Amino acid sequence: MITVQAKLFATLRQYKPGIGIGEPFSVDLPDGSTVRDLVRRLQLPEDQVKLMFINARAAELDHPLADGDEVGIFPPVGGG
Amino acid sequence: MAKIMRINMTDRTYTFEAVPEQYELLAGRGLTSTIIHDEVDPMCHPLGPKNKLILAPGIVTGTGAPTSSRISVGAKSPLTGGIKEANAGSGFPPSLVRMGIRAIIVEGQPEEKDTYWLVHLTWDGEAGEPKAEFLPADEYLGKDLYKVFPKLFKRFGKVNIAGIGAAGEFRYGNSGLVFDDTQGRPARYAGRGGLGAVMGSKGLKFIVLDSAGAPGAEFADKEVFDKGRKKLTEALMSHDITKPKGALNSYGTAVLINILNEAGGLPTRNFSSGRFEGAAKIAGEAIFEGNKERTGKELYNHACSPGCIIQCSNTWYNEDGTEMVSCQEYESIWALGANCGIDSLDVTGKLIRLCNAYGLDTIEMGTTMAVAMEGGLLEFGDGDKAIKLMRKVGKGTPVGRILGAGTATTAKVLGVTRAPVVKGQSMPAYEPRAVKGIGMVYATGTMGADHTQGYTIAPEILGVSGKVDQFDRDKADLARGFLEATAFIDSTGHCLFIAFAILDIASGFEGVVEECNGVLGTNWTMDDVGRIGKEILAKERAFNEGAGMTSKDDRMPEFMKTEKLPPHNVTWDIPDATLDAVWES
Repeated sequence: MITVQAKLFATLRQYKPGIGIGEPFSVDLPDGSTVRDLVRRLQLPEDQVKLMFINARAAELDHPLADGDEVGIFPPVGGG
Repeated sequence: MAKIMRINMTDRTYTFEAVPEQYELLAGRGLTSTIIHDEVDPMCHPLGPKNKLILAPGIVTGTGAPTSSRISVGAKSPLTGGIKEANAGSGFPPSLVRMGIRAIIVEGQPEEKDTYWLVHLTWDGEAGEPKAEFLPADEYLGKDLYKVFPKLFKRFGKVNIAGIGAAGEFRYGNSGLVFDDTQGRPARYAGRGGLGAVMGSKGLKFIVLDSAGAPGAEFADKEVFDKGRKKLTEALMSHDITKPKGALNSYGTAVLINILNEAGGLPTRNFSSGRFEGAAKIAGEAIFEGNKERTGKELYNHACSPGCIIQCSNTWYNEDGTEMVSCQEYESIWALGANCGIDSLDVTGKLIRLCNAYGLDTIEMGTTMAVAMEGGLLEFGDGDKAIKLMRKVGKGTPVGRILGAGTATTAKVLGVTRAPVVKGQSMPAYEPRAVKGIGMVYATGTMGADHTQGYTIAPEILGVSGKVDQFDRDKADLARGFLEATAFIDSTGHCLFIAFAILDIASGFEGVVEECNGVLGTNWTMDDVGRIGKEILAKERAFNEGAGMTSKDDRMPEFMKTEKLPPHNVTWDIPDATLDAVWES
């Protein structure tokens, strides 16, 4: 089993009510899990998951997760 | 037929002339840069009589095209010493178009020092053209623009305003042109590059536009225009970022604070780190939730200018539910927040409001404040002292004048070597060491360190227009492509944020080209976008060369080449040959 620290931002915050902005929360996952498994565990609609960072590096849904990873997830967003 | 208006501030006269044939297809940045290239001596003193200030709405401004109420302001920049185009959204540009004015060229300067004038433009129905009067502006000098704008609306009625604050009167290198927003606030800025000082050097305090009775925009082929407008509108309404209640409408640009922080590219404490521990407190989510606590409502954002359907401008409220400032943008919050080690939206809000009151570019002000912190004038994170220092900038005390001159000057005065500038203009909210493509844009672009001249962040961080590794160093083609496409978009009068939709939805981009064809009577295709962008950039480069710039000015500051930026511990390691490759093609 691995434990990762997940952070949900912008409109994805509604899927984990009660957590502070940018505040990580622990998620236990089976060994060999990917970001997609985390997304499914958190019940995030896949089409709303656009940007993922694992330990500050950009990642895709297929990226494998390791114990202790910090995963930040964003919906489609833009700015200037 | 649209005309070009020349305002002569030496003898306070004005003329209208036909648009010359070679300018017929030019508007916005394409027109301001071409006129500067053609008429301004690149060796002139930017604050002397030979510089010219050009204001030009875009090709489709004032036509009913969505999100197109933008104006380009151009001149030789007192900050960079090269060509400058700064861009703002307001009701002012569509009003100008309604009055049949393609561009305003402000020339000369008053012989009597420190005299200022207000130009009041109205529509003369009988003559079938605008008429102008020059009114003394003394009563408005040195005053907080939040107090002056209501006086102007009271005096002149339903008008649009362009002007300068105290910063332009003091000739600060950091001084912008202010424009009115949809609620009459002095809050929309053609901010970067010190153009406020140019306007001030011409003794021009305000241009007040009353377009009542004016005829409106002209079309070569309204049917073609409407087809294009429809395609663009569909793209904007369907893309997740630009659609109603989408990312920009819900969270505004400040949503980027947490993203750049996650990516390790949020410049913190004068570009000494790529992560700020207080980021979550000043991000778009914090604005949304803070406002909800303070007003009891879930507030969605509003339009800065007429006809915008993206509507990304926020308002930040005081604890007592009254308005503090509109708006707190990503760049402004970053510059006066994370880059200064400040993690309070109430502090950044106050600082932003003061910038608006005095006529300052928030980006340059924030990077200057951070250099002042590193230089020992105050501590990083000291919001109270930052506010006190800001007031000195507005009053023009000696320390205020140093800060008002911008980041490079402040660094020089204080002996700070870590000055994040290119061509004298400070870097915005993306750390080049962690996001290499935007770094290339900062270095090689004609405007100095500027993110809006080529927003490669779209593919490098946001997954728009494809996905590119932020650390990949082989980005000359990417930078060039964005510089060219952006020069085109900057000429259309559309807000650059349409790019989020049109870079992903091809029919949207086609729609923009068709809109232009409908207005101008041209037969442009997508192939012309790059060509037109190239032509504009070539003129800007030629001007900069005439001003004495060489490839040595297309380089990054030394400290970024040697200092490793946490958390990724990266340096700026792009070879000079890669930078020069942007222009060799």
